Amino acid sequence: MGRQLLLDNLDKPGINTLSGYQQTGGYESLKKALQMKPEDIVTEVQKSGLRGRGGAGFPTGMKWSFLAKPPGEPRYLICNADESEPGTFKDRYLMQHKPHILVEGMIISSFALGANTSYIYIRGEMMYVYHILQKAIDEAYAAGYLGKNILGSGFDLDLHVHCGAGAYICGEETALIESLEGKRGNPRIKPPFPAVKGLWGCPTVVNNVETIAAVVPIIRITGEEYAKIGVGKSTGTKLISASGHINKPGVYEIELGVPVEEFIYSEQYCGGIRNGKKLKAVVAGGSSVPVLPAELILKTANGEARLMTYESLADGGFATGTMLGSGGFIVMDEDTSIVKNVWNFSRFYHHESCGQCSPCREGTGWMYKILSRLLDGKGETKDIDLLWDIQRKIEGKTICPFGDAAAWPVAASIRHFRNEFEQYISKGKSDVKHYYRINNLQES
Amino acid sequence: MARVTIDGHTIDVPEGTTIVEAARKIGGDIVPPTMCYYSTLKTSGGYCRTCLVKVTKGSDKDPRPMPKLVVGCRQTVMDGMEVQNITSPEVLEAREGVVEFLLLNHPLDCPVCDQAGECDLQDLSYAHGDEGTRTEFRRRTFPMKSIGDKIKLHMNRCIMCYRCVKVAEQLCPERVHGVLNRGWDAEISTYIEKAIDSEWSGNMIDVCPVGALTDKTFRFKSRVWFTKPLDAHRNCDVCCGKVAIWVSGDAVLRVTGRKGVYHEIENTEDGKPGWICNTCRFEKKNLSDWVIEGPRHIDRHSVISQNHYEQLKQLKQDLSRQKQIGEKAHNN
Amino acid sequence: MLNESGLLVESSKINIVANNKEIKFSDDALALTEKLIKRYPEGKHKSAILPILHIAQAEFDGWLSPEVMDYVASLLKIQPIEVYEVATFYTMFNLKPVGKCLIEVCHTGPCWLMGAEDVVRYIEKKLGIKNGETTADGMFTLKTVECLASCGTAPMMQIGETYHENLTLEKVDAILDDHRNAGVRRTHWEKEKIKP
Repeated sequence: MGRQLLLDNLDKPGINTLSGYQQTGGYESLKKALQMKPEDIVTEVQKSGLRGRGGAGFPTGMKWSFLAKPPGEPRYLICNADESEPGTFKDRYLMQHKPHILVEGMIISSFALGANTSYIYIRGEMMYVYHILQKAIDEAYAAGYLGKNILGSGFDLDLHVHCGAGAYICGEETALIESLEGKRGNPRIKPPFPAVKGLWGCPTVVNNVETIAAVVPIIRITGEEYAKIGVGKSTGTKLISASGHINKPGVYEIELGVPVEEFIYSEQYCGGIRNGKKLKAVVAGGSSVPVLPAELILKTANGEARLMTYESLADGGFATGTMLGSGGFIVMDEDTSIVKNVWNFSRFYHHESCGQCSPCREGTGWMYKILSRLLDGKGETKDIDLLWDIQRKIEGKTICPFGDAAAWPVAASIRHFRNEFEQYISKGKSDVKHYYRINNLQES
Repeated sequence: MARVTIDGHTIDVPEGTTIVEAARKIGGDIVPPTMCYYSTLKTSGGYCRTCLVKVTKGSDKDPRPMPKLVVGCRQTVMDGMEVQNITSPEVLEAREGVVEFLLLNHPLDCPVCDQAGECDLQDLSYAHGDEGTRTEFRRRTFPMKSIGDKIKLHMNRCIMCYRCVKVAEQLCPERVHGVLNRGWDAEISTYIEKAIDSEWSGNMIDVCPVGALTDKTFRFKSRVWFTKPLDAHRNCDVCCGKVAIWVSGDAVLRVTGRKGVYHEIENTEDGKPGWICNTCRFEKKNLSDWVIEGPRHIDRHSVISQNHYEQLKQLKQDLSRQKQIGEKAHNN
Repeated sequence: MLNESGLLVESSKINIVANNKEIKFSDDALALTEKLIKRYPEGKHKSAILPILHIAQAEFDGWLSPEVMDYVASLLKIQPIEVYEVATFYTMFNLKPVGKCLIEVCHTGPCWLMGAEDVVRYIEKKLGIKNGETTADGMFTLKTVECLASCGTAPMMQIGETYHENLTLEKVDAILDDHRNAGVRRTHWEKEKIKP
């Protein structure tokens, strides 16, 4: 196992409390940061090469440097804890077990950005984590880490946790801002970007939970040290949520650069495919990213070993590659029906579309209906081409990246598993598995 | 000022102008069609995606092309920007896709729709749509809901342009209707059946690009192309009183605001849009209520612009102008 | 804007009645609401709408009737339509009555791979209801939901604020029995956690 910067000390009793967290060196980064100039913290984050851990992988330091600073106007930092991407559960895990690392990260980041009020927007379904965070925040206030004149630095910060109420789209940063303003979670039309006009029209930065948490070890070990971990522009550690047909599902903190093959098969991580089955396909970065067949996820089209990095997973573009995304690593064994899987995802996108713009509102539903028909064995050959054409007409045409997220899984499933679609059409069914018994019971 | 080139036509416009507004200053075929954008309603636009255009050069300062198609109604121009609309096959294909999406669940009940003949969706699909349809599923339907005795809401026809919501927000003292539910099921509604009856609510009919909101007092009275639009006015305490009346013989079949070339309510002398009040719209249905100014020229919209009393000459001029523009764009 | 006399006083002026019963938050809920509203800048109190609707659901039998939404609108001093728009957008708000126990089974990708469909089928059979229905005794409502970020512990379901993970048929039996025996209404924001 590589360096653990976020999930370290999880076995220490009381790590979820302030005292337990402090005993493992918690809030030392904050003390160090408050001695620094805010702009130096931004520089440190830039040096670290940290990239947004929510899915887009945009350099965090650069995002921070874009924040407009008009005099006399408040600035806001919002933590995006609306983790809803199918296959992703790392943020929940981190917040549940180590809420204070997020609180500490929020204080340091708010200080760096000059925000005096910050919010953690957590999805409503995770209400129990909401209460965990609220408790952590209350503890931090009591310890003087929040409120007025934090640790005598002159810096004031109010940190609040805010709950959503069931909408995947609120993970999109402008939808999240709308939702936090008490409205429907409709993504805004950009520009203006949140860095200029965000929450209540003020400059705002929205960062993922893991991104904010990573600021804590970056301040502790310095950006330079952090950047030494990983490969190329994929620096540091990343939380990977591993699920599906593997022996050891769970959240793993990896040093970026671990070979995919090692991640799937080694005992340190996923421990191989369960029941001795063969690997069929992997969705490497949450449901939105293209699914890849076993041969392409283990090795690039050039025959090089595929690594768990932003670049290596994207190698070959969408023709033969995928994306690291949010790190939601869904593994499917040889029995899995790719058509059923993409049908399942398309139902998800159809259900979660906000309905503002026409390609997404109509297109996601249309794809779902066509896939439902295919699954029923009533599809025709032309449906495959139609699906391809619809996803193409959604991709890149919508207000927010949701359209792309809905289009890519369909495109990739057809690209790599067209024969399976054809099988549904010619035979009315597939040779692979549709229905999984709970607890892996045999089909009766 | 910013200099922008759209399909080969260059124009100088003030900073902050959108691509669509710049294109409208040039005029002709290169103007991207719009379904949800409405220049005088704040924050409108961006939803329907019909005005997607390609920015091949961002600006003189940063000449990189924009990676994706952008919505012309929201994207502002930069000095030196170059835009392709009808000269880009990518744009035309995307637009065809958008038309298909907008029509996917549309009932296509034009033969019984009062909007037919002056419907933006009809015009859009003639200009940019494909013949026939590729959908084979039952179209989405919504239960009929009453929003009062003056305005008819046909949710099945709605394309979710949000214009009526913005009218309620920006013109009416309180908003009682809005967008409910989500995604595929999103609808314009009051949730609990309730009449929308502010003095300005009738303007929702004028801004609706399709037949989702129509005038109940005109319902099934006549096809619009059989009525004769006249500019007329009256002294009104509430609104500008400047309207278009649509007459057949001596009967005033309906009253609307005066819509200009892009089907938006024209500004009056004070530079503000000539929104009209519900009294003028719904209550004044006698010729004697109005001072007639003369026939109303219908500029652009497909069927009614074929009106028999319109001079064909004007139409021919329009056509030759558009042809010139097209050729010029092609040569560039 | 909420005046200085406080929400407790302000709210006493609201008079909304449904089924001959006055719609009114408990004192604890009002105090919590007031505390939540203060988390947002002056004049931006609409921001508190989502947490307050969660509280309203806990206060009024697990669902949001039009009257309850009107009450929330009055508390926040916004138009009722603004509440309807929000309440109908987010899937956690129930716009129709639900059983005391709303069983939300995740059926998205990773949970499907681990047998979520079997969980749904089993519960349907056990309770004699279909997805979306409520048992005749008003105890359980079954609902399938999209990904709850518990993919590594699939299949899973949520009841109230609790995640029940790594489900087996035996576990499902035990969980449902426990809830039936307790007979307590469960909501996402649990009623006992409505404290200022």
